[in-house]
Amino acid sequence: MDKTLYKDVYVFAEQREGVIQPVAMELLGKARDLAAALGEKVVAILAGSGIESKAQALIEGGADKVIVVDEPELEEYLTEQYSQAVSQVINAEKPNIVLFGATTIGRDLAPKLAARLCTGLTADCTKLEISEETKDLMMTRPAFGGNLMATIMSPETRPQMSTVRPGVMQKTAPQPGRQGTVERFRPVFDPSKFKVRLLENVKINKGAVDISEAKILVSGGRGVGCKEGFEKLRALADTLDAEVSSSRSMVDAGIMDHDRQVGQTGKTVRPDVYFALGISGAIQHLAGMEESDLIIAVNKDKSAPIFNVADLGIVGDLNKIVPLLTERLKKERTQK
Amino acid sequence: MNIVVCIKQVPDTTEIKINPVTGTLIRDGVPSIMNPDDKGGLELALRLKDRFGAHVTVITMGPPQADDMLREALAMGADRAILLTDRRFAGADTLATSNALAGALRMLDYDLIITGRQAIDGDTAQVGPEMSEHLGLPHISYVAGLEYDGNKTLRIKKETEEGYMLLETEMPILLTVLASAFKPRYMSVHGIVEAYSREVEIWTADKIDVDESKLGLKGSPTKVFKAFAKGLKQAGEVYEVTPEEAVDLIVSKLKEKYIL
Repeated sequence: MDKTLYKDVYVFAEQREGVIQPVAMELLGKARDLAAALGEKVVAILAGSGIESKAQALIEGGADKVIVVDEPELEEYLTEQYSQAVSQVINAEKPNIVLFGATTIGRDLAPKLAARLCTGLTADCTKLEISEETKDLMMTRPAFGGNLMATIMSPETRPQMSTVRPGVMQKTAPQPGRQGTVERFRPVFDPSKFKVRLLENVKINKGAVDISEAKILVSGGRGVGCKEGFEKLRALADTLDAEVSSSRSMVDAGIMDHDRQVGQTGKTVRPDVYFALGISGAIQHLAGMEESDLIIAVNKDKSAPIFNVADLGIVGDLNKIVPLLTERLKKERTQK
Repeated sequence: MNIVVCIKQVPDTTEIKINPVTGTLIRDGVPSIMNPDDKGGLELALRLKDRFGAHVTVITMGPPQADDMLREALAMGADRAILLTDRRFAGADTLATSNALAGALRMLDYDLIITGRQAIDGDTAQVGPEMSEHLGLPHISYVAGLEYDGNKTLRIKKETEEGYMLLETEMPILLTVLASAFKPRYMSVHGIVEAYSREVEIWTADKIDVDESKLGLKGSPTKVFKAFAKGLKQAGEVYEVTPEEAVDLIVSKLKEKYIL
């Protein structure tokens, strides 16, 4: 393969119902760094139906060019329809790098494409950089449930593809009025391969919060124990305009919803303050929150691994501390 | 109906600990288990077998020790077990793994291929969709529910961030399923006794339908450049104090960081 034919850093700009997903803007921020290190351009692939008007937002977020695939077949995300559209863009444009959000869409589409294009794909990267020596993409990701980090490269194949979880990369501030080009791409669909029909797209969590966007998280684990315990956490969260999240054990126990789970199999968060209450700090949990600016942990067990990452650790009973803290914060607020 | 379930033996990553002094993995004594999402996939296959009658084959690629896990699958109710094992498979990334499994699947009859969404040691969720592409099949990932009309049509509930998609499709298809949706049954006593007298077929690279250049390290576009234990963050201070003192400490920390 002649690698010199492959140029530019591409981002699959995921949209849902015409709304560009935050992870797309985060990836554009990272793509700018990579493109600068390579002396190449940032290109966004915007696929959907009736979405062309969203292209300017991607340019303001860092794209030099937006390739718009605006077709009725792409109204809702279906694997084969999107795979055909995006693989045709990739075959025609020959990108050097393609980045996807590690969402239920990106993690479904990217491996289908990797197999179709016979190229490498690295999942859930937490760090992306360009090798100074070879100019290849160095993709670092956790393995063994976050116990080990591995840096992976695809030295022989192009494009180099990776997925990145929402919340991992930081978006750059949009530049209003930034200039770029918008190109329309028209795929040729093979409808005989469309074997899956969408009957209904049910949004049960619509209007629910995205914990990865919260500035302050009050997070509870096994030590909180029950639904009533989480009501105490909710009261504390309300005094701080915070959201409530949890460790996996509380989700498995059916006490908390999966969309509030922090960790390797939940969400990655980096709030200004993370309260870890009754969370022992399994490595899978730490992988999802250790980048938080300030970590305050309360746990009965002084050997709990959460104390290894906490900025402030309290060995004690959260059932006593949380209500007291809630009262105190209410007072602090009324004094202001 | 013929169902093939692709399963993987993995270290129980929840049992892995880090040596706090050296920052390295402690792998000794970590048990090997059937990957939870794959076990959910096997459960789904067995439920279809219970209700509609099906022949369930389990297949894995791995070292000879994976025999244990295949016998567990037989004891749960699988009809046939295949172990793909060969040095030529070693060092495979997800694409090379999917090539090997697809090569084996081409040798089998299937209406439905089921595997887990992802394995807990790699968490990539890539092998299922990649296999489907090699076989020219559609796939549905994040499967959280399934209804079968007893003929060809499946109604699938696919989990999404906002809720779920209800999809309809015909077999053959490949599904990747979530452990949380299909709580696995226990092995039966009779099944355990029987499982050890049954055959686990051993297949090497010569037995499957795939070009050898697509296998193992050679067939892997991604290469591990380096692996390292994650450096532990410098821990802050830990206090054993009364609840009142704890509140004072927390409040002053929040003030110090201008949160209050």
